[in-house]
Formats: sequence, structure tokens, C-alpha cells
Amino acid sequence: MVVSRSPVASLLFMVATLASTAGIFVILEAHFLAAVQIMVYAGAIMVLFLFVIMLLNLGHEYQRDIRGNIAVLVGFAVTGGIGGLLLRQLEGSTGGLETNLGPGDAIDAALLEHGAVGAIARPLFTDYVVPFELTGILLLVAIVGALVLAKKAS
Amino acid sequence: MLAESLVLAGIIFVVGTLGVIVRRNVIIMFLCIELQLNAVNLTFVAFSRYVGIEGQIFVFFVIAVAAAEAAVGLAIIISIFRHYETVNVDNFNLLKW
Repeated sequence: MVVSRSPVASLLFMVATLASTAGIFVILEAHFLAAVQIMVYAGAIMVLFLFVIMLLNLGHEYQRDIRGNIAVLVGFAVTGGIGGLLLRQLEGSTGGLETNLGPGDAIDAALLEHGAVGAIARPLFTDYVVPFELTGILLLVAIVGALVLAKKAS
Repeated sequence: MLAESLVLAGIIFVVGTLGVIVRRNVIIMFLCIELQLNAVNLTFVAFSRYVGIEGQIFVFFVIAVAAAEAAVGLAIIISIFRHYETVNVDNFNLLKW
């Protein structure tokens, strides 16, 4: 995805990545989030990206746009540093992560009792209702902002 | 299961970071930022099995904010493209002094 020359091919690889992540969400017992991932991410947001690529007429832009050697070197250095730090964190937790965190059944009871959607909806509409409403306001602001930005200056 | 998910999320995050640094096409850079968000989501979901449902709720919020961010970011890209007729970030030097 990162090295593909065509933006459309890059975007389709991204959709494949998001769909695979949704599959992993299912394996990790997050069925509702897997559905949201497919519908919102792979469906809506990626179509938005594709629409912008189409609108800007970039579908047949095949020249190389990867930066020069120094930037690539810096990129690999930075990503190597981040990757090394992440790996070190993972290695540093001796005795295995699972034993430190306890058994992996923290959400099994909620899933059994309320189902895949109810287990998320119940805390979302009780304990986290204020952030939920704020998300709604944020989306409204984003709609208005996007309209104002993309509107032709008259 | 947790360790594998974390390793995969780390790999996805690193690939996304590399894409943001080495590419010049602003849409691809934006797409790579979404990839990074996705890696973080995967980490949250992996940990939520051990810590509680709050991780999944946070992923829900992250997806909503990512949608808002994508809409505003793409609108900015469109308005910049209208001005410069390009998506190459090297040509966006309006704020450079």
C-alpha cells in the first residue's frame, strides 16, 4: 500500500487491510466493532477518499512520488526506532503478557448477558453518554467545516 | 492471542509511519494516518479482552473522530488542490518562511 504508485491501487489495498482488521476484530470477540469497521471505515471513509481521488482526477497519475534517499533513510530510521521501542516493550514484560493481565474473559460475561451490541451499547449510553453526545456535536462541526472549506469561493 | 495482535498492530503502525514520511502525495499520506489509527484500534480491541469493554467503546469514538477528520482533511485537500493544481506536498509552501 505504501509503495504503490497508483493512488487507487493504494486505496484498494487499504480497504483490504481494513477488512482484514475487521476479521481480526471478530477473532478478538469485538463483533460490533468489526461490523462498524466494515461499514464506516471500509465503506464510507474509503469511498470518500476514492471520491476525492476521482474528483481531483488523480486515477492515472503513475509517476513516482516517493521522496529522495535522505528522506527514505530518515523514514526507516524513525520507523526502526518506533518499531524497536514497541518490540522492547513487548519483550520487557517477562513471563508473558497474559499472566500479568489475568485471564482473557473480562468481557465474556457482558457478551453472554447482553449480546455483542448490547455489551457496548449499555456502557455507551450510561457511563459514556457525555462523550457520545460530544461525538455527535463533533460530527456536526465536521460536516459544517467540510462544507465551508470545500465550497467554491463566490 | 494478545501478543500476536500487538505485534501485528506494531507492524501496521510502523508501515503507516513510513508511508507518512516517505510519500509526497498528500492523499496517500492521509491514508497512512488512517492506517496508524487502525493499528491503535487493533491494540485497544486486543487489550479490551483482558481489561474490559471500555477499550471497545474507545475504539468506537476513535472511528467517529477519524470519520470527522477524514471529511475535514479531504475538504482541505480539495481547497488546496483548487489553488495549486497538485497534490504533491513539496509544492505546498504557503506557510514556509
